[in-house]
Amino acid sequence: MTEHLNIVLEVENLVIGYNGVAIAKNINFKLAKGELNAVIGINGIGKSTLLRTLGNLQPKLAGSICISEKQLENFSAIDLATKLSLVLTESIASKNMSVLELISLGRQPYTNWIGTLTANDKEKINGAVEMLSLKDLQHKKCFELSDGQLQRALIARAIAQDTDIILLDEPTTHLDLYHKARILKVLKSIAHKTGKTIVFTTHEIEMAIQLCDTLFLLDSEKNYFGKPDELIRAKVFEKLFPAETVSFDAATGSFRINT
Amino acid sequence: MKIQKTYRLSFVVLLLILVACFILNISLGSVSIPFSATFEVLFGGTLKNQSWEYIIWNYRIPKAFTAILVGSGLALSGLLMQTLFRNPLAGPFVLGISSGASLGAALLIMGSTLFSGVLSFGLINDISLVVASSLGSFMVLLAVIGIAAKVKDTMALLIIGLMFGSITTAIVSVLSYFTNAEKLQQFIYWSFGSLGNLSWSQLSVLGSIVAIGILIGSISIKALNAFLLGENYARSLGVDLNKSRYLIIIATGLLAGSITAFAGPIAFIGLAVPHLTRQLFSTTDHKILIPAVLIYGAMLMLLCDTAAQVPNSASVLPINAITSILGAPVVIWLLVKMRRMVF
Repeated sequence: MTEHLNIVLEVENLVIGYNGVAIAKNINFKLAKGELNAVIGINGIGKSTLLRTLGNLQPKLAGSICISEKQLENFSAIDLATKLSLVLTESIASKNMSVLELISLGRQPYTNWIGTLTANDKEKINGAVEMLSLKDLQHKKCFELSDGQLQRALIARAIAQDTDIILLDEPTTHLDLYHKARILKVLKSIAHKTGKTIVFTTHEIEMAIQLCDTLFLLDSEKNYFGKPDELIRAKVFEKLFPAETVSFDAATGSFRINT
Repeated sequence: MKIQKTYRLSFVVLLLILVACFILNISLGSVSIPFSATFEVLFGGTLKNQSWEYIIWNYRIPKAFTAILVGSGLALSGLLMQTLFRNPLAGPFVLGISSGASLGAALLIMGSTLFSGVLSFGLINDISLVVASSLGSFMVLLAVIGIAAKVKDTMALLIIGLMFGSITTAIVSVLSYFTNAEKLQQFIYWSFGSLGNLSWSQLSVLGSIVAIGILIGSISIKALNAFLLGENYARSLGVDLNKSRYLIIIATGLLAGSITAFAGPIAFIGLAVPHLTRQLFSTTDHKILIPAVLIYGAMLMLLCDTAAQVPNSASVLPINAITSILGAPVVIWLLVKMRRMVF
């Protein structure tokens, strides 16, 4: 029963796709408070579509998405904005804004009609700046930032929005190994320290196995959800890629290229 | 740590410059009136020279106010469109709103010869011209709004606006080809743009419409700021996308349509002022940018008008030419200096 109360995001029999054409179905998972979850799967399988559906950017085709036991479609736009924040792959429209302005926009669901920041808003913004170590960059314009720095700023914006759930679409693409690891470590510490439930899509399966609490493997028809070691024991990674090219080593939790 | 800068000092300085521009604009004109006399009239004094007082009250002050309304209104509509379309090259002309106004005016002035059997307007006065160009801009605006409901992509909407502009320009060309020289001249004079023909009552109508535009712009401040991230992010921040888009489009249409109707098509103010403002105010927050472009636009329009009236001579240059001559190099300079136009 206590476990049940902690469920923040519950997805049942979800079917996703565009214009009525399903691209993935049988999507089922439950995420608890403070959990870090990665959505993995091969290119084009629908990871981003799943994330966009969860983020209410596109309609689901069937099934249910519950946030804190309330159906996603029953949330008003402004209520949802206090429950769920996004970090998308699309670049922000105006790169002329400063990092601080970008992060401050995260407070929009809470501010008055003209967007005045209260002491509490400023505290949240500063907290987000600290958490993503952006202190030295906060007055820079977004076009002056490197990919990794901009990604951190976008994550800080989502943190400032102070929602129970944060959805991130491929937060580690275009980053080098160090910055990938750094972003994922930050996500893990945010989830565990602040109790936010974080869902991100990624191709970094090895890193996800090491860092995430749960994984969701999207395979269009039959999908797998569970803790990394459970999924390794269930041998789901072996089937992910064609065996003649890539094979999975369960002992180390890593992939090998077959020559 | 300061998160939201208020730019209080910059605003005070800008307002002082605006007042200076206003006084400069009023003190210069085809009739030479000394500075001291201008001041006396402005601060409620009476002059011995009755005609000076008449010129200042009934000609120069309405014209200066028109310049302020036209400059602020066009600058604001330019800012709103640049943010809505997330395109630094957007301006009131891009949506085809100004072209729609031109079409309305052209149909009234030149169409009357073509369809003289069917529509005999008899007389073409200021008011019918205003009504016709307003109708023209709103027709284009309604078409754009109709399409906006179907086309989710703002870039596509922008191109549709450009196409509307092309169509209206083409119709105007056809009308010009078939019309007589006298009517053509009348239309060309309207298209030069003019700030000087508004009475106090027309001015109050324009003032009310600009005020409504500013009001809608102000209540959209949060949505505008969210739009800077892109539409998906704006939605995730709780912004009602459709409502905000319509409000911003309506504000733009009201501002650009009414101004073009009353003062003719005035180019470049809407495009250039927001960029000039961003040079001075290093922020993307519309809470700062909206009042800043209003003041900046008014200032620039007053200066352009001062330049257009060629002090102490009877000739008045077309205001549209002045704003283009000043505005186009500004845009080129920004592109060269900044390497790109940010917004």
